[in-house]
Amino acid sequence: MTLSLTKPRAGSEFWAEFRGHPAALTAAFVVAVIIVLAILAPLVAPQDPYDLASLVLRDARRPPGYVGMGGYTHILGTDSQGRDLFSAILYGLRISLQMGLVAGGIAFAIGALVGSTAAYVGGRFEAFVMRLIDLQLSFPAILMAFVVAALLGQGKSQLIVALTFSQYAYFVRTAHGAAAAERRKDYVEAALSIPMSGWFVVTRHILPNALPPLIVVATVQVASAISLEATLSFLGVGLPPTEPSLGMLISGGFQYLLSGRYWISIYPGAALIVLIMAINIVGDQVRDQLNPRLKK
Amino acid sequence: MTAFIVHRIWQALLVMLVMSILVFAGVFLIGNPVDVLISPDATQEIRQQVIAQYGLDLPIWQQYLHFMTSLLQGDFGRSFVYNMPVSELVASRFPATMELATIAVLLASVIGIPLGVYAGYRPDGWPSKIIMAVSILGFSVPTFWIGLMMIVVFAVEIGIMPAGGRGDVVSIFGMPWSFLTIDGLHHLVLPAVNLSLFKMAMMIRLAASGTREIMLTDTIKFARAAGISELTILRRHVLRLISIPLVTVFGLELGSTIAFAVVTETIFSWPGLGKLIIDSITSLDRPVMVAYLMLVSLLFITINLAVDLAYAVLDPRMRQRGGK
Repeated sequence: MTLSLTKPRAGSEFWAEFRGHPAALTAAFVVAVIIVLAILAPLVAPQDPYDLASLVLRDARRPPGYVGMGGYTHILGTDSQGRDLFSAILYGLRISLQMGLVAGGIAFAIGALVGSTAAYVGGRFEAFVMRLIDLQLSFPAILMAFVVAALLGQGKSQLIVALTFSQYAYFVRTAHGAAAAERRKDYVEAALSIPMSGWFVVTRHILPNALPPLIVVATVQVASAISLEATLSFLGVGLPPTEPSLGMLISGGFQYLLSGRYWISIYPGAALIVLIMAINIVGDQVRDQLNPRLKK
Repeated sequence: MTAFIVHRIWQALLVMLVMSILVFAGVFLIGNPVDVLISPDATQEIRQQVIAQYGLDLPIWQQYLHFMTSLLQGDFGRSFVYNMPVSELVASRFPATMELATIAVLLASVIGIPLGVYAGYRPDGWPSKIIMAVSILGFSVPTFWIGLMMIVVFAVEIGIMPAGGRGDVVSIFGMPWSFLTIDGLHHLVLPAVNLSLFKMAMMIRLAASGTREIMLTDTIKFARAAGISELTILRRHVLRLISIPLVTVFGLELGSTIAFAVVTETIFSWPGLGKLIIDSITSLDRPVMVAYLMLVSLLFITINLAVDLAYAVLDPRMRQRGGK
């Protein structure tokens, strides 16, 4: 009973403080709008960029505001294949968000489980796992993702593996740190002496209390997964050309950038940056609010 | 102490061996280099000849054994594409990357640390707010995008900077260097700044959060109560305390900057290792890929080993544990 009373209050307190920061609030709003737009892309976009039949080559590389063969205005112009850029960006956001959330989600689940299990079991197992994680963290995430993506080849699932592989270690370390602190607390000992099963204690007691730092890491990691995906796709080791993510759109417009047809690269890039920045600003605010050392 | 060092070196060698197996197995799984090397209308005879020449018909474990023995002799094989020894190819590209990475990390530290300390010292002033906002920008905006914008603005629109390449080089000890000529420096500016921005944002945030936390401690309160001037507090307490994590990061970052250089080098056509690895991945040039991955693994494992050993020497707690 007490639990159900205190939990929403902690949540609303958090929200009340969050609302006091206009920049963070705006960022959260932007993220929400982008997610809704990406989900509703098939309804909002004037054109289906996957439908090759609807592409007209005569409409290729037209500037923003051009009225094409389809009879509607290309408000952001068209790319080198005559795709409506606004539509392509909406679908690109869909792919980018999907990659970021799926990879981040899997990394979160693996990290939370491995980290808290290591902290719960302790001993040699904990030492061994954390040594491995430290080793992996000493390699930069971009290198990890790049190597794995290069080894596995192009493709959606390959890229998710690459992104997850480059990110799960951050979650393991964070979960381990938080869970190790929880493990030593009296209520965990009490729960174990009732006795409750180890699995139950880990999932019901240790993990929920280790959640706040994990959420902070998750926001940062989803943003970095989206950025990594775009980078890898730009370099040609990410998604195949049939999955036009934001990174692919940018790389497709790169050669035209130099000849003054700026819109093909600039608008997808702007969408990418707004998305990543908004997530990072939200994550920053959440971290500041959850960091007890900054509380005066 | 000796036991600890031996243990760590042994561990590093083991990791290196595991990496070599992973890299080799992984590289073996991508595509078939035969399709790239031989034109589709070559006769069956020529196909067999080329396959035998590169040892591609042997079982994978034999190829690995062969690869390891020649690796230990310092022979990485020949590049399929450039038709020259991989060791020579890598050695010819390495100075360009090293030069770029070193200058980028230096730029990041020299500019990033003072800005970060200031932002942590006066967190509520408007200059700090701007510094922190720009650092979020540096973190958020992908490196490749900033690179594109730099080319558009400085090379295409204003036209004061070259869009790519290394420019004139001076040869020292048989290696070409760009930073010694005016033209080389001119070519170096954009890629070096591009590569350093992410690191700079990181330095700013590390220095700022470190400074901010230290400024809230009792040490600083008592120092102020004792009438020590602010500048002395900053220099003697803050800078000294945050320098430990910063120095560690600096060492580790040099390695990761070399890895990051893949992106910057591709955009600015900087003829370094990163450009080489991207080219060899697209053309399935297996020996070059293996050599690059092994070189980077070796670099990181060595850096980690060095950091661990340095800690063992510097940290009295570690010294005691090792001495047991």
